[in-house]
Amino acid sequence: MEKRVVFRNKVLPYLLVAPQILVTLVFFIWPAAQALVQSFLQEDAFGTSSAFVWFDNFVEIFTSEEYLGSFRVTLVFSFAVAAIALSVALLLAVMADRALRGATAYKTLIIWPYAVAPVVAGVLWFFLFNPTVGMVAFFLKKFGVEWNHTLNGGQAMTLVVVAAAWREISYNFLFFLAGLQAIPGSFIEAAAIDGAGPWRRFWSIAFPLLSPTAFFLIVVNIVYAFFDTFGVIHAITRGGPNYATNILVYKVFNDGFINLDLGGSAAQSVVLMAVVIALTVVQFRFIERKVHY
Amino acid sequence: MMVEHRPALTVITHAALILGAAVLAFPIYVTFVASTHTLEAITKSFPLLPGGHLIENYLRALTVGPRDVGATVGTMMLNSLIMALGITCGKIFISLLAAFAIVYFRFRLRMVFFWMIFITLMLPVEVRILPTYKVAADLKLLDSYGGLIFPLIASATATFLFRQFFMTVPDELCEAHRIDGGGPMRFFFDILLPMSRTSIAALFVILFIYGWNQYLWPLLITSDQKYYTLLIGIKRMLDVGEGQAEWQIIMASTILAMLPPVLVVIFMQKQFIRGMTETEK
Repeated sequence: MEKRVVFRNKVLPYLLVAPQILVTLVFFIWPAAQALVQSFLQEDAFGTSSAFVWFDNFVEIFTSEEYLGSFRVTLVFSFAVAAIALSVALLLAVMADRALRGATAYKTLIIWPYAVAPVVAGVLWFFLFNPTVGMVAFFLKKFGVEWNHTLNGGQAMTLVVVAAAWREISYNFLFFLAGLQAIPGSFIEAAAIDGAGPWRRFWSIAFPLLSPTAFFLIVVNIVYAFFDTFGVIHAITRGGPNYATNILVYKVFNDGFINLDLGGSAAQSVVLMAVVIALTVVQFRFIERKVHY
Repeated sequence: MMVEHRPALTVITHAALILGAAVLAFPIYVTFVASTHTLEAITKSFPLLPGGHLIENYLRALTVGPRDVGATVGTMMLNSLIMALGITCGKIFISLLAAFAIVYFRFRLRMVFFWMIFITLMLPVEVRILPTYKVAADLKLLDSYGGLIFPLIASATATFLFRQFFMTVPDELCEAHRIDGGGPMRFFFDILLPMSRTSIAALFVILFIYGWNQYLWPLLITSDQKYYTLLIGIKRMLDVGEGQAEWQIIMASTILAMLPPVLVVIFMQKQFIRGMTETEK
């Protein structure tokens, strides 16, 4: 799609895009290129010289048990976050779509957690489940559950998943509700006249019509869990205990800034970029499908 | 959508929604309650109802600041606000200009620039932290407002949104403007900008929340307490090692950190929903 009527000017358009392009070059393209170059280099122990080592850094990370462990942790974490956030949001959206009275009030009550930063979400849940001062941990103990996510890897994973999914429920809810409200009333009425109950109507009509929204949300949720949950991990577990919640983004940060392993960190960055590019491509294909729909 | 009358189902619907909203709000409620008690009450008795130390705790957080952080919550909130507004206005400003150039001009490199902007979608800070940090260090941007703002203001989503909107503006407007002898910048400021009001408002809400909630980048580039944002400050308050964290102050600060974005969502809900669904981000 192109405009028919345009302005003619030789210099002005370059001036107009200059700020955006400058920021992009300096803070996006250049650092990404640096990461790419760095990922093929190996610095010596004193950081004085570096040598070109081909794919050594990549071979190293993909044979490192710690890195592969981190990959597995990230996959488990992402799918758990997406599954919880999507199913709870769908349930609430279906209910809000049914509720004629108070629908707007419910909407307000459900969407606001999205405004809470991931790190703050982490702090909130950390406080609730804190082994010494946390109220939930205290009550769990009364029921015989010894809660200590600083020692128990499974509990740590559960807690970061809940904290990360908590704020994403709001986001998914908004899109599911919009999707449900876009379904023509005549579809539902026709099915009701044919004798289909609410359960049957949901699974045979609403759910298939929602599938483009659901696919789109799955990708968005996985991107969120991969890249935007650094704050949750940093606030609650710092990747521990014993790497149980050491997701890739946290590991890149840790290896680059704490352990100062430049080549390894750069190689990890490059792998993450490949993941984002793959996910973006998938996302755009689905958005296209949504447009055709 | 209700096509038949089923009272039992209606009751279940409302019960589920109320339960859902209550579970979502529970962590915030507990946080608020904790922010109104003394540290002793929090650690000993797990209070379920607000106590009488609200003013005392918030006042201390805002003016004196928590132990070991070296900045008051008041200062850190101001820093968060400067960063959030800087990112929001910066993104909107440079995206409007770039979209205007790409839609209303034909020039060499136009598509190159377009793809360059598109690529930024694929490079979140999280995947290029170390080299971006190095660039910021080389440009002397560590511990400065510029360093908090500039690296985060390139935005493919905002540029695409404005591009999309400009494409829907009727060509006749531009034609008429040119026949009247008007130049491109006059067209931009007098016609395009006023027409983009609703898109700008929707983006403003989304970007303000995005900016206020930034965490990893400020964490990397601020070491001087003068530039701590509130989210960094809260994390620092938690890092007390073996000591006892001052939970009442941390919880008061947490409530203060949530307040601006949550209020924006509640009171600008229409723009918020518009922004979410239009940018899909």
